[in-house]
This record gives sequence, C-alpha cells and structure tokens, in this order.
Amino acid sequence: MPESIFRPFRHSDAERSDRTAGDRLRHRQKIRESIRENIADIIAEESIIGKSRDRVIKVPIRGVREYRFVYGDNVPGVGQGDGSSQPGQVVGKARGQGQGPGGDRAGDRPGLDYYETDVTLEELIDIMFEDLDLPDLERKALRQMEALRTSKRRGYRSVGIRIRLDKHRTVKARVKRKLAARRHHGATLPAAATVPGAAAARDAAPAAEPAFDAAQAAEPAFDAAPGAEPAFEAAPGAEARTDGGATARAAPAGRFPFHPDDLVYRHVTTEMRRESNAVVICIMDTSGSMDTMKKYLARSFFFLLYRFICTKYRSVEIVFISHSTEAHEVSEEEFFHKGESGGTFISSGYQRALDIVAERYHPSLWNVYAFHCSDGDNFDADNAAALRAAGELASLCNLFGYGEIKPLGSRYYESSMLNLFRRLDAENFQTVLIERKEDIWPSFKAFLAKEREKD
Amino acid sequence: MASWDLKDLEYWDARIREQVEALGLDCYPQEFELCNHNEMLAYTAYSGMPAHYPHWSYGKAFEKLKTLYDYGVSGLPYEMVINSNPALAYLMRDNSLCLQILTIAHVYGHNDFFKRNFTFTSTRADFTIGTFKAHAERVRRYVEDPSIGAERVETILDAAHALSLQRRRNLAVRKLGEEETRERLVAAAQPPPDPFHRLHRRPAYVEPDLQKVPPEPEEDILLFVRDHNPYLASWERDLLTIVDEEARYFIPQIETKIMNEGWASWVHREILNAIELPQALHLEFLVRHNQVVRPIPGGLNPYHLGLKVWTDLKRRHDAPTPEELAEHGRPAKGGMAKLLEVRETDRDVSFLRRHLTEDLMRELDLFAYEPRGDDLVVSRVADAEGWREVKEQLLRSVGMGTIPVIRIEDADFGHKRTLHLSHQHDGRDLHLENAERTLGYLHRLWGREVGLETVVSGKRTLLTCNERGFSAKTLK
Repeated sequence: MPESIFRPFRHSDAERSDRTAGDRLRHRQKIRESIRENIADIIAEESIIGKSRDRVIKVPIRGVREYRFVYGDNVPGVGQGDGSSQPGQVVGKARGQGQGPGGDRAGDRPGLDYYETDVTLEELIDIMFEDLDLPDLERKALRQMEALRTSKRRGYRSVGIRIRLDKHRTVKARVKRKLAARRHHGATLPAAATVPGAAAARDAAPAAEPAFDAAQAAEPAFDAAPGAEPAFEAAPGAEARTDGGATARAAPAGRFPFHPDDLVYRHVTTEMRRESNAVVICIMDTSGSMDTMKKYLARSFFFLLYRFICTKYRSVEIVFISHSTEAHEVSEEEFFHKGESGGTFISSGYQRALDIVAERYHPSLWNVYAFHCSDGDNFDADNAAALRAAGELASLCNLFGYGEIKPLGSRYYESSMLNLFRRLDAENFQTVLIERKEDIWPSFKAFLAKEREKD
Repeated sequence: MASWDLKDLEYWDARIREQVEALGLDCYPQEFELCNHNEMLAYTAYSGMPAHYPHWSYGKAFEKLKTLYDYGVSGLPYEMVINSNPALAYLMRDNSLCLQILTIAHVYGHNDFFKRNFTFTSTRADFTIGTFKAHAERVRRYVEDPSIGAERVETILDAAHALSLQRRRNLAVRKLGEEETRERLVAAAQPPPDPFHRLHRRPAYVEPDLQKVPPEPEEDILLFVRDHNPYLASWERDLLTIVDEEARYFIPQIETKIMNEGWASWVHREILNAIELPQALHLEFLVRHNQVVRPIPGGLNPYHLGLKVWTDLKRRHDAPTPEELAEHGRPAKGGMAKLLEVRETDRDVSFLRRHLTEDLMRELDLFAYEPRGDDLVVSRVADAEGWREVKEQLLRSVGMGTIPVIRIEDADFGHKRTLHLSHQHDGRDLHLENAERTLGYLHRLWGREVGLETVVSGKRTLLTCNERGFSAKTLK
C-alpha cells in the first residue's frame, strides 16, 4: 500500500480559523430567543429579588432542541451485565426520569436533549428589557438629564499632555530660572550655561524620560519665542544626560536649555452640568396587612422596576420609602429585605415623598417618577388624606403609578384603593392590579405601555 | 508538547503498514492530520468534514462537546477518520506516542472497513470531501443571496434535518423509478400462471391503482417532498437534496457501528501485539486498549461487543471446540479469511444475527430490559430460554433499528393534497412531542396538511398537522 501522509500541526491555521464561530453565535441567539419567550415563567419561578447581579440562574431551554421521529420514553432495550443479571433486577430509571441504564449514557439518546443553560441575573434582565418597547417620552426625559459635558480651564500643572503645553508660561519659567541661576552664581552667562548641565547630572538616572520630554517640548518652544534657538538645541543636551555622564557635554556658550521643571501645562477639568434630572421614588406599604406573599409580589415588582431603571438609565436617583402608619426613607437593602408591621396610613408615604421632593428634588429641576405598592387596605380615616396627597404627588410627578397587590380571592373582602383612586383625575396617574406572581411581568409591561400610549 | 515528533510517527506508521498488509487488509491511501483539541472538537461537531455547510445545530454540538470536555466529563475521541479516498484522519497532537500508534493502527482498521464493506459502496468515497465542500458552498451562496438570506435557509434546514433519517436504509438495493414501480404493479396484478386454469375459477382481477402517488409506500420523505411539492423554489429543493445526500452518506456508518468499531479495535490489537512495542509503550497500550473496549455495566459498548464477536468468530474458525466441531463440522475457511469475508458482506444486524452465539451472549451477560413503572427492569437474560428473545431485542435496537420506519402512503389523501404517512409500528411507540414537532416541520415543507398514522398505547391514532396546528385523534 502507498505511503501514508502525515500533515504536521500548523499553529497559524489552528489559531486563525474558528470555523464554529458563526454557528455558535447563531445557537446563542436561539438560546436568547428561547429565554425571552419564557421570560414570564422564569420571572415568576425564580426568586430573583435582591439577588446579586452576578448570580447564575439555571434556565431550561426548549427552543433549541432538534426534533426527529424517535421512539418514545419507554422502549425496551438490551444491556450488558456484570455476570449476575437476573430477571426482575432493576437496572435503571425509565427515561421519563432522565436516565437510561448505565447512568453515564445521558445524551446519547434522543429525548434526553433537555437542556439547561446558565445565565447571570444581569443577562436575564438585559434580555427581559430587550423586547420591552420603552416608553419613549420617559426615555427622552431621562435621557435629557444625561448632563452636559463642558471643559473648563482650571489653573496650570507641571504635568500634562503635550497639546495642553502652555508655551508662553513655559518660556517665562525658563527665563525666570535663567535669571535665578545667574543671580545665584553671580557669574557670567557662559558659566551659568554649565549649571543646567550640572543640575541635569544630578538627576541623571531618573530624568532620562523627562529629558526626552524636554527635547520634544523644545519643538513647540521653537516657534513660540525669540529665545527659541538654544531651546531647540536642548536635544543634544538631553542626549548627554541620558548617557549619564556626570561631566555632560557642556551646552554651547550662550545656551540655556529648557528643563522639565520649566514646562507648564494648562489644566482642564470636565464638568457635568445637569440640565434636568430624574428621581424615582419607590413607596411600599410594609404594614401588618401586607403578608409575606403580598410583600413578595410588591418587592418583585419594585425589583423589576429598580433593575429596569438601573439598566436603562445611567444616572438616576432612587429614593426608597417604606411606610406603615408612618413613613421612613430607607436604603435599598432595607427596602427589599426588611419587614415591618402596624397599621396603614398611605398618606404618610405620600407625604414623606412630597417632603423629600420639596427638600431635594424640586420639580422645576427634576423629573419625578413615583411608584407605590400596597394591598389597598388603608385605614378608612386616612383615605381622604391619601387621595389628597396622591393628587398633590401626581401634580408634581411626570408619572405616578399605583400597584395594588391582591392575592387571588382577597379582593372580595378587603377594601381597595383602586376604587378610591378612580376619583383621582390625573393624566399621569396609573394603576395596576397584581393578583398572583404570574401577573408581575405583564403588569409591569402594562405600566410602561400606558406611559407609552400617552405620547 | 508530547515527547515525540513526526519522525516517530512515520517510523511506527511504516511498521504498522507492514502488519496491515500481512493481515490482508485493503485500505485507501491514508492521510493523517495533526490538530489541537479545539480543532478536534470542531471536526467532531462537523462529523469530521474539513468543509461543511453552516447550521446552528453544529454550534450547539460544539458547545456541548466543549462543555463536557472542559469539565472533564468526557474526553475527546482519540481519533477521527472519515470515509473518503484518500481516507482522512485526525490525530490529536497532545496525545502520547503510544496513543498515536494505537490510533494509527485503529484508523487502518476503519479505512479497510470503509473501502471493503458493502454498505459503503454507495457513498462514493472518491468524492466525499469535494461533495461536502460543494454543499457548503451552495448553502453559503443561498445564505448570501439577498433574495434568500440566512433565515429562510435556516427554516428549510431545520425542517430537513428533522426528517433527514426518514429515508431508505438499504442502499445496496436499487430504488425503482415511478414508472418501473407501476409496471411491476401491473405485472403483479396478473393472475399467477396456473396449470389447472381450466378447472379453477378465474381469480377476480384487482386493477392496480396507477393514479396513486406514490404508487408504492415511499420512505424517502425529503426526496419525495422535493419532487412532489411544486411550490418549492429551486434553492429549497437543492437544500433538501443536500441534506438527504448527507444522511445517505452517514447511514452506512450508523448501520455498521458495532462491526466497524469492533473491527478497528480487533485490527489495532492484532497490529500492536505484532509490532513489538517497547515495554513502556506496550504497558500503556494495554491500559488504553482496555479503557476503550471495556464493557459498560448496564449499557452496551459497541467497541466491546464488536471486538468480542470478531474475536470469537476467528476462534471458532481457527480452533473450534469439540462441541462446535460436532455441531457444525470442520469450518470451511481459516479464521482470517472468514473475518475478511464477513467484514465485506455484513452489517450490524446480520453480523450479530449470524455470529453472536448463545455462548458468547452468556459470557457477555446480555440481558433485555423493559420499563416497569419508573424503573427499567431486566425482563430476560441470556439463558437457555431467554437468549433468543434477548437477541431479537438487540437486533431491533442496532443500526437504523433505532429510527422508526415512516412511509408516505398517499400524497393526495382524501383528494385534498394531504400527505398521509404511516408508521410501521413494531411494538415501540413514537415519542409524541418529537412526533408533533417533526410533523410540524414536514408540514412546513409540504405546505399542506400532513397526517401520520401510528399506534399510541395500543390504539391506532392519527396525528395531523395543518395551518391550525397539531391534533391527535384515535381511530376506530
């Protein structure tokens, strides 16, 4: 038979070509699509509240399976035993449970193609909001506050980038040093000329690089001042210094080269000028009537909102208020994790929000967005105050949303603020009803969709 | 980097080839290409082909392989060899010298099998690489064509992949054209010659339905759709052709998995025992060899089963036991001649049926299992009463036996252009979710209603898929 051919490994080929790249990319896209389709379920199933954004979530993927005509779950087969097989012996789990006999054969049979993928919470949230058409108006408003950048001169520095070299001041610094050197030595100019050489020798070793700078800096100086000629020739001086000789080649008579200390740069700072700003106020009822389930729903809703805002808008301020009969401004951590008890004065939460707005976020400068979640089980006497405060808040806010958490059934015997708020006639006021965890995502979408309709 | 270079490989390859010739193997010219693990993963994902058309499923395969490899769940194949002339094999450069020698010897086993086994004669090995490359170029051209685009190509490929294995299995049998089939139907309808026709009543003539499409049930689903759906564009037909040709290329490998791997394992064992490896290499060889051909408890390792049958076959011809002599007489052929004959004329089903003996089954402790509740329970073991059934069970689950036979019965069912299929039920039910989705794909290609008659839990059932979606109804 003919000689066989051996083709050696070619490193370049292996590194250059990644033939699977395109197909892998398409596969990932399909996974993403699949996640997006199931997002409502994932949101409902996963307790994502307050989890770190790097947390990995296992998401079952169904969309990327390949289907064929195959035999069903429970077909008989043949296996090999260890020599002691007996009829009736159990050798494995039926495939419905995900394992064929032998245990390590998963994946070699169709039907086991069930697939889980890991996504981080952050990715998941990205995907979630990807297909959510954003409320344009809100986005515009929030975008506007994305500050105006201006550059302003703020004094001078001895270091900087070359384009900011202030030639005038650099030359002046050199002249000053020259005069000072002459006075110090009380000598004639040629003698003075050796001074920088000596000074340079002093910092010979560390100054190699600045010296190079000086040589470069000499160029702009060249066309800047009448004393340019010697400055230009600073370059050979610099060379001498990099050579490191203590007895550096003396500069020619009458020359007084630039020293790195002479260089002056303009200092520029960038300034954010806030044209308009946005603040989101999250108000949550943490009274005793808010049981675990209700709090869970409320927090899930806020969590989505919060993540949404964090994802889409870079600089937005968020205020968390939790209220029972009285309201407190709390940290993010407390807001999502702490429980409270007590009665309910919804007006207290609104009042607190109004105070904060008045204190820090004047509506003429800020876009204010307020969201409130409660079970609507308000203390009757407070209703009038709550309605009034809500009206007031709505007049200050760009959007004021109220989400009522009514786990299924409880709607019939508990009072509801939804009826009350129906009287509130403000265009920018929205209400939604959340009955179970599957509602969270749709109602969240509805919230933003309503906002969109408005434009 | 491993402690060997190309010179070593060439040296051992020369030694191995001497043995290949001594064994009487008949190989295509062989080419080896050294690659790193990433390339190996990529080759594995694309069935070893240097050029292959793009589809996301290969990206998926790659990711899966890579994940398993990265987490150490599974290693890489030591070797990958494709059925082409010249045969092309990949060697992983990180493998040890011993592993390379073992792999090279193993590759010659496959090479010989590809060249001589009858199932591979239809694969046109001379053109393999060129064909795959041409396919890749055609698909890429459609993808780049602005009037077609990646998405529409993917839509067709997804559907075609789902149905690609629903095709004729025995490629050694020539397929009749529609005209020929009709002629046969007419001939078959004639009454058989009867010397006593004067005495007998003339049998009623049943006129064959020559209008029916297809005249006889048809297994090549993709090709049938290609030829009978007039609304497909030419590029869509071409994609169906491409997918079908690839499936046809791979069917012999599915059909001979056990034989082929067993043969290559047998060959590498013979060769490595004959080339006088230095002791260190030889010991490593023993370890590696046993890793490859070890039995999987509860499962079935094709390397192990195949190797056992080949070894046993040779022994029965070279050194039959007195009982065997008494039962079958003196074998007509020597062991090696018999092996070379069998590797040419059998495929997994016939190979196991003929050469897997009762004794060997008992030695291997083969058992049949079936599901009972949540458990898989041993139903039969290879004892005197049970071994035949275990064997029947085994024969049903090797080669293309793992793919249900589904045939097109009528392309104009109820005169509504409904594509009517039937599943040749053999006691194993279809997986319904898969059946639903796959019918969906077929509906996409056919463009009209498709129906599949099958048996679900003992009841005849018609699964249909049309514009309104999927439905299943039990037939009387």
